[in-house]
Amino acid sequence: MNLDALTPIFVSTVVAATPLIYAALGELVTEKAGVLNLGVEGMMLVGAVVGFIVGLSSGSLVLGYLAAACAGVALSLVFGFLTITLQANQVATGLALTLFGAGLSAFVGRSYAGQPIDGAGPLHIPLLSDIPVIGPLLFSFNLLVYGSIALYFAVQWFLNRSHAGLKLRAIGEAPSVSHAIGHPVLKTRYFAVMFGGACSGIAGAYLSTALTPMWVEGMSSGRGWIALALVVFATWKPLRVLLGAYLFGGVTVLQLYAQGFGLHVPSEFLSMLPYLATIVVLVIICRDPKTILLNQPASLGKAFHPDA
Amino acid sequence: MLQLEKRAAPSNGMRLAAPLFATLLMLVTGLCIFLVLGKNPVDAFRVFFIKPLASLYGLGELLLKTTPLLLCALGLAIGFRSNVWNIGAEGQLTIGGIAGAGVALAFGDTESHWLLPLMLLAGVLGGMAWAAIPAFLRTRFNTSEILVSLMLVYVAQLLLSYLVHGPWRDPDGYNFPQSRMFNDWELLPLLWEGVRTNIGFIFALLLAALSWVFTTKTFAGYRMQVAGLAPAAAAYAGFSERRNIWLALLISGGAAGLAGIGEVAGPIGQLQPQVSPGYGFAAIIVAFVGRLHPLGIVLASLLMSLLYLGGEQAQIELALPSAVTGLFQGLLLFYLLAADLLVNFRVKVSA
Repeated sequence: MNLDALTPIFVSTVVAATPLIYAALGELVTEKAGVLNLGVEGMMLVGAVVGFIVGLSSGSLVLGYLAAACAGVALSLVFGFLTITLQANQVATGLALTLFGAGLSAFVGRSYAGQPIDGAGPLHIPLLSDIPVIGPLLFSFNLLVYGSIALYFAVQWFLNRSHAGLKLRAIGEAPSVSHAIGHPVLKTRYFAVMFGGACSGIAGAYLSTALTPMWVEGMSSGRGWIALALVVFATWKPLRVLLGAYLFGGVTVLQLYAQGFGLHVPSEFLSMLPYLATIVVLVIICRDPKTILLNQPASLGKAFHPDA
Repeated sequence: MLQLEKRAAPSNGMRLAAPLFATLLMLVTGLCIFLVLGKNPVDAFRVFFIKPLASLYGLGELLLKTTPLLLCALGLAIGFRSNVWNIGAEGQLTIGGIAGAGVALAFGDTESHWLLPLMLLAGVLGGMAWAAIPAFLRTRFNTSEILVSLMLVYVAQLLLSYLVHGPWRDPDGYNFPQSRMFNDWELLPLLWEGVRTNIGFIFALLLAALSWVFTTKTFAGYRMQVAGLAPAAAAYAGFSERRNIWLALLISGGAAGLAGIGEVAGPIGQLQPQVSPGYGFAAIIVAFVGRLHPLGIVLASLLMSLLYLGGEQAQIELALPSAVTGLFQGLLLFYLLAADLLVNFRVKVSA
């Protein structure tokens, strides 16, 4: 097979991986602060519908992305209020957020279902996009794809090189110690949860404006949960999130091209692949309890209150 | 200023009052939503919450929709009590429906009293088998049952879609993606003339009684309770975590599987691309609102069933989107989680 045939496969892999990168990097930061937010799927759905509606009615996709991020933050604040301030069970509250987000998005988006929108087209970068081979390969994506790479570098820098990031990680490992030396545990956790919300919102908006430019009820179809699994798979490391997302993007794309390769498997079985792959990689990573124990933020999922 | 003060011991009264608060808050929010949508709130309220119950047929529908919710939630609650988070009941329900329907399609021409029990058994076993996957992966490979059981929901739905579009499609069905209609001897008998409630509701009530006996009277139930309330104590006492996980997932999977074949061999009467409007997920809310207690779950599943019915009614009469049901479900759980604060804290007014 020649290079020309590989280019679309590479491009669609990157395109399919991008929402996972946003959602998983957001959740990574949330979890690094010790908060497990299982509501990613719900926040993505609301982000998808809000991004779509605002993008359609304002004519500006960037405005749509901003609105989607804000919607994600708003939902994550509900989660934060319940789990951080009221100390509700994080697993139950996250599930509630997912169920609520699914209901809310279907409700809000009912009159927009199936409407077309001018989706995010590829950027044309002067000179770079025109380079043969490399141009179509690397310099012809939409804005959010480059945004996801930038987000990766930002998160990597923040967690490992910035003072605030180190504090956030300390809070995730040992909240009571951090509190004792004067770090604002609750405030930091709120910010981490809000960051996760914003990223999930954008991930959702990417689905409804770039991946398939329309709104369909429940269109995230489990990507929020796959993003959660991706964080575990990446053992809470940003670079592995990035690589893992591309791996999953590749699996998703495989189903589109398998038929073209003369593989006659019913499409439903090919559509199962991303979900089965999620299970397989989870098994591979979790097989050794030490891997999880050494990498998982020590206070993940546990409530903390300064007065308690 | 309002201040929170930790109670010396969790308040039992508040544990029971919190679901009522949550329901009340949900209703108030519902009124606001109706207002925003420009509907007369009193009218909408009547259509949504009163009208479905105003006829015998309506009451029958209420019990009909209660059945799968109750079955799934009872099973899930047993797991939640011991910190086993099976959130894939929707998938186990789907597989239960597939397995049961498979028996009917395989033996369909033989008219026999044994066929229906065999279908129900296949449904239960199918649900159990599907739940055994997360149980095995959790106990053997330490893999989160939350993520695995949820991923399997999508796999189960795709499998169902493959079957009704492919090998199990009714050859005389004008190419619709559905199996043939079931015969009378393959359908659950109805309880009364004129309603659609079937014998599945009795099974669900029996299971509620059984689960009460299991959690309060048996040693296995006690071990699971300890594992949930005090994992360290359970480990110290030598209670096997593996056994708890297997039990919790097999019970909840079996119950969800029964709910699945109950739908397929009940109100649906054939295999269709969708066998449940999200009962398996709604059951998570039912289990929490019912305080993980069998009696509470019976009441909560009646409430949840009313939300489904009200949503359908509002769609027909008021042209409200049926998605309003999902919105109410999510709100209910949020309010409950917030109201739970009052179990451990009391609100004090300070100067």
